[in-house]
Amino acid sequence: MDFVMVNRTLVVILEGELDHHTCVAIRQNVDREYQKKRAKNLLFDFANINFMDSSGIGMLMGRYRNVAICGGEIGLYNVSPEAQKILVMSGIHKLMKAYATKQEALEFLA
Amino acid sequence: MPKKNSMKIQFSSNSSNESFARVAVAAFISQLDPTVEEIYDIKMAVSEAVTNSIIHGYEGRDDGEICINCAYEDELISIEVTDNGKGIVNIEEAMTTLYTTSRDEERAGLGFTVMLSMMNEVHVFSEVGNGTTVKMKKTLGVE
Repeated sequence: MDFVMVNRTLVVILEGELDHHTCVAIRQNVDREYQKKRAKNLLFDFANINFMDSSGIGMLMGRYRNVAICGGEIGLYNVSPEAQKILVMSGIHKLMKAYATKQEALEFLA
Repeated sequence: MPKKNSMKIQFSSNSSNESFARVAVAAFISQLDPTVEEIYDIKMAVSEAVTNSIIHGYEGRDDGEICINCAYEDELISIEVTDNGKGIVNIEEAMTTLYTTSRDEERAGLGFTVMLSMMNEVHVFSEVGNGTTVKMKKTLGVE
């Protein structure tokens, strides 16, 4: 997992799988960086994610609550068609948008 | 000659085994030459069922046993995920979209919804105090 700050958006570069097991560490690390960097928005890079189940949705929902409290938003980019399936199934795509590019995402979130 | 095969694996309710379970079932059904999407769909269903056994059946404890029976006959795949955990009080309620009995954790309540979406058939057998078995079927090569 890697982090980059762009203005008030914390970009999170995810790696590997998003399941119940991996989400424990992911949520801890993201929450910690989000607070440390005093970020407002979260932008997740899904390029290196090769699997996501509903635990990943739960993790995103939890982050959404935190970010909403700070008046921020969440964006996603480089989402694979497979991952897109569960984002739509859960309805979470209405709360956080999957952007075509990082540029587009950062523009919308700023 | 029909293609026919079966396997059974058993592992502890350690969350590290969620990935193992997905890969084990995927490897087994790869013998049928499924599409990338079919493999992913089945991995998702297995992942949800195993996760349910761990976080609900065994309430997050890693000292329980989970068993997966997997079989295929031609393109029809059957997967059974069984635990000896606490069982489901109301199966119909549990299978409702967005329903979850989890309190503090960030659970989306989508496990069964995903299973129903990814597989052609899902049947749940459970008794309070006596564990749960989720039986799922999928026919490959069909939309």
